[in-house]
Amino acid sequence: MAEKVLMKGNEAIAEAAIQAGCRFYFGYPITPQTEIAAYMAKRMPKIGGTFLQAESEVAAINMCIGVASTGKRVMTSSSSPGVSLKAEGISYMAGCDLPALIVNVQRGGPGLGGIQPSQSDYFQATKGGGHGDYRLFVVAPASVQEMVSLTAHAFNVAEKYRVPAMLLADGTLGQMMEPVVIDDITVEEHDKSWALTGTKGERAHNIINSLSMLPEELEQWNIDRYQRYAQIEKNEPMWEEYMMEDAEICVVAFGIASRVSRNAIRAAREKGIRVGMIRPITLWPFPKEMLLASSEKVKAYITVELNMGQMVEDVELATRCRRPVLSANRAGGCIPSPEQVLAQIEAANRLGGEQ
Amino acid sequence: MAQTQMLFAGFGGQGILFSGKFLAYDGLISDKQVSWLPSYGPEMRGGTASCSVVFSDETIGSPIVSEPDILVAMNLPSLDKYEDAVVPGGLIFVDSSLVERKVRRTDVTTYYVPATRLAAEQDMPTLANMILVGKLIRETGVISTDNIDKIIEKVVSARHEALKEQNKKAIAIGLHYE
Repeated sequence: MAEKVLMKGNEAIAEAAIQAGCRFYFGYPITPQTEIAAYMAKRMPKIGGTFLQAESEVAAINMCIGVASTGKRVMTSSSSPGVSLKAEGISYMAGCDLPALIVNVQRGGPGLGGIQPSQSDYFQATKGGGHGDYRLFVVAPASVQEMVSLTAHAFNVAEKYRVPAMLLADGTLGQMMEPVVIDDITVEEHDKSWALTGTKGERAHNIINSLSMLPEELEQWNIDRYQRYAQIEKNEPMWEEYMMEDAEICVVAFGIASRVSRNAIRAAREKGIRVGMIRPITLWPFPKEMLLASSEKVKAYITVELNMGQMVEDVELATRCRRPVLSANRAGGCIPSPEQVLAQIEAANRLGGEQ
Repeated sequence: MAQTQMLFAGFGGQGILFSGKFLAYDGLISDKQVSWLPSYGPEMRGGTASCSVVFSDETIGSPIVSEPDILVAMNLPSLDKYEDAVVPGGLIFVDSSLVERKVRRTDVTTYYVPATRLAAEQDMPTLANMILVGKLIRETGVISTDNIDKIIEKVVSARHEALKEQNKKAIAIGLHYE
């Protein structure tokens, strides 16, 4: 087994990507994710990989399109405003059916916002961000160890379904250090017959393209893509349950918010409140079936988020509005305290399940 | 559940993050759960720097220390900002060569160490932080003194061999400070 080391979340993402076979990284510095680029700059030249600091985020994502077209594993990373700049390229990637990993270590927004941790790019990550009918496979790690496993997993899923994947973290997870073991990384082999590798005069040209002037053809591309999205929704949802066995109140939180929630749930349990948590690990696909099943026993939900409550509507939809959905949230770079979450758990407990 | 929440705070440049990192490495060596979280951004550049370290027997929830069991305050703004956040019965370590006032709380245990002056006297002005770490280890036993040398080997890179002995010396001053 590999040695256990103390590593920042950002560094762990970078090393995991390398272990997962990524040899191309293009990025542009922005707080709080610059350690990813710094780590890649140090490591890539030593292992025959390519690190390139692009002239902008737009250039970096387009370089990713180029590498992805050849079937090689490629990654870019940024933080919120930088990811907005990449949005056009991400849409093109989705339209070209290209796998790649985009890392967003979120900071407060909108606009230039701030540099402190945030989860306010939830909509952007899960509902689009760029134009057109497309989805990203979105994973949300909650520990440095999970930043390793989900980075590797995201590469595999992206290739399996030929979709861009996003790892959605935040400034806290990027900056914190925890003991981590970098192992158990499986590099899956998926069909790459679509890749641009040179025909050598032996096969027809492959074409990577998102443009069609024929509406019926473009529609068919969308329909085919949505069949793959349906497979992802069926096969790939991931979540963790915490103290849900007898829970009447259910916290729904991902990433750093789920860790703050753990403290609050332990405190609430000491007060005799039956509370647990469903932590979505994939944000798209959202663990809808699991949430719907939980609404048989749960009388109220609380989303805990570092945004204005963006996930509330997804919990309402998943549970078909059968139960009230409250939120304990902070925005702008602030983090909900365990006390704030506990107060909302107590408020939910008083609701008694009345809508 | 046994859990210790520690907060280190001071000026950028006092080695606040390093102090926390030193203790965090004990978690790695002793196979305890540990998290280390720095403040980042403009507050580090000339303003206050802080760093949260959590030790636990179980999976750590929030890595953000808002109610520390142990506070190390290396300047006055840090003591002003965090004194009231310390849990009742908690411990506060103060660099008394830089912080002129006393701790106002009466429900905490306070240790005053003129760390910056002691470090300057030993001609190692950048290691006041490690003198305070030594005192913290002495008073809390939060890490085993047996691990000190092992941690130094891990956190001080081989390129700075001379600094290893200096760090050990600074910790020893704190360990023996009455």
